[in-house]
Amino acid sequence: MADLLTVAGISKTFAPGTVHQKKALEEVALSLAPGDFAAIIGSNGAGKSTLFGAVAGSFYPDRGRVLLDGEDITFLPEHKRARKIGRLFQDPLKGTASHMTIEENLALAYLRAGGKSSPFSMVGKRDRDYFRERLAALGLGLEDRMKAPVGLLSGGQRQALTLLMATLVTPKLLLLDEHTAALDPATAEKVLDLTRRVVAEQGITCMMITHNISSALSLGNRTLMMDRGRLVLDLSGPQREGMTVPRLLELFKEKAARELDNDRILMSP
Amino acid sequence: MSFTVLLGAVEQGFIYSLVALGLFLSYRTLDVADLTTDGSFTLGAACSAVLTIQGQPAAGLLLALAAGALAGLITALLQTRLGVQPILAGIVTMTGLYTVNLMVMGGRSNLNMLREQNVFTAAEAALGPMGKLLLAGMVAVVAAVLLALFLRTRLGLSIRATGDNREMVASSSIDPALTTTVGLCAANGLVALSGGLLVQYQKFSDISLGTGMVVIGLASLIIGEVVTGRGGVARGILAAVLGSLIYRVIIAAALVSDVGAQNFKLVSAVIVAAAISWPAIREKLRFHKLRREVEKNG
Repeated sequence: MADLLTVAGISKTFAPGTVHQKKALEEVALSLAPGDFAAIIGSNGAGKSTLFGAVAGSFYPDRGRVLLDGEDITFLPEHKRARKIGRLFQDPLKGTASHMTIEENLALAYLRAGGKSSPFSMVGKRDRDYFRERLAALGLGLEDRMKAPVGLLSGGQRQALTLLMATLVTPKLLLLDEHTAALDPATAEKVLDLTRRVVAEQGITCMMITHNISSALSLGNRTLMMDRGRLVLDLSGPQREGMTVPRLLELFKEKAARELDNDRILMSP
Repeated sequence: MSFTVLLGAVEQGFIYSLVALGLFLSYRTLDVADLTTDGSFTLGAACSAVLTIQGQPAAGLLLALAAGALAGLITALLQTRLGVQPILAGIVTMTGLYTVNLMVMGGRSNLNMLREQNVFTAAEAALGPMGKLLLAGMVAVVAAVLLALFLRTRLGLSIRATGDNREMVASSSIDPALTTTVGLCAANGLVALSGGLLVQYQKFSDISLGTGMVVIGLASLIIGEVVTGRGGVARGILAAVLGSLIYRVIIAAALVSDVGAQNFKLVSAVIVAAAISWPAIREKLRFHKLRREVEKNG
């Protein structure tokens, strides 16, 4: 089967030619098959978020190409890629508009469905019913609060809503940048469950950055490890099934010639 | 205050409410302090005056609207495509418009239209002595309703989201540059229409009509928000219209009182400063009250 996402040798240097020069990505190459769910781990500054930025179009890489479902999107503007790529950030405030209602936020997300409706049309009853149905499926009771401003929701509720917004129109690719890291453990677990369910139900190809090594091994079907702008490890299949957290840390040490140092890395589940 | 003075203040309040509506769109909704406003108000005034003298007052208003939108477009392009900071983009356009406005007015700094027919004289002829009030009120209400409806459309929602959370807008497949552009065009169109109506109302146009208009419009909006409270589109739009009416009545009261017309600018400035600083003052008062209570009750 053809790859859904191909990242072909991309490099990115920030502030080149200055004292702040930083090689954020160096010749990163990876490809995801349709339905792949890859967890990405790595130290702070390893280039995980930068990789997401290059795929989502926050900036353009200096070298290399990005292909999504066979289409070269390397230089496609961010808002145009957003039709096909959903993205969640760590900060629950980033994905929603606080002063607008739940319904209005969903209506915005629904714009990704494409050009069927005129820009001067309003949210109709059919849309509203559809939003209500999808909200109800989250199991958070938000379907009864559609006229409430999103600013009134808790972080967990906002992140669940953002997840719904990113997948309301099924994206080809979903990028999760530590989307549960700012939540308390119980809420994080709930949002993660929700993520797992949504991704499985809609068959979305997905990449997730996490600092939890054991969930990097248990979630999805692939584990990617980055260090200093490079992709150093790509585990899948039987190789991944036999992997343990201590063995993974050791492997990192071998590949990166140093310890996996990160004050936020969680060793235990 | 006599009835005539009050009536005049309300008529002007309705006319100026278009400025406050425009600023509700640019300042409150898009979160851009758009200084194009001063220039686009005069631009609308100049376009309307010139066509009124030519015997085409209604066409003058349409031209004012279109010219204002064009001024907004220039500011938006500077800001979104050429990387000029939002405030500076507005100042640049406003500065350039000074010359453009003089050119529109045929190189003169003021124009009289005392004998010419205009939309207000037509309204008085058709509707009687209340014609001016009815026309100004109708224009304000129609503009307010249209703006409220527009902000509920998909495009309007996108514009609101741009001011609320720009990053999220891009990730919802909306181009924030486009929504900013549409918003600034519409806002300046409203402002210029207000200028166009005003010169026909007062039968006189001047190159400095728009000076300080952004501050006056903001003050009106904020005065209105003191009455209606903040939050939501409907409330903000009501605040714009109501605030303009209150502002004009206060100015009229100042003019007929002992304060006198020569002190007009200072009175305006004090009202503006007081209105804009009101939320901060209220916050301070609350804090002092809270501290007193805590200190008293231990």
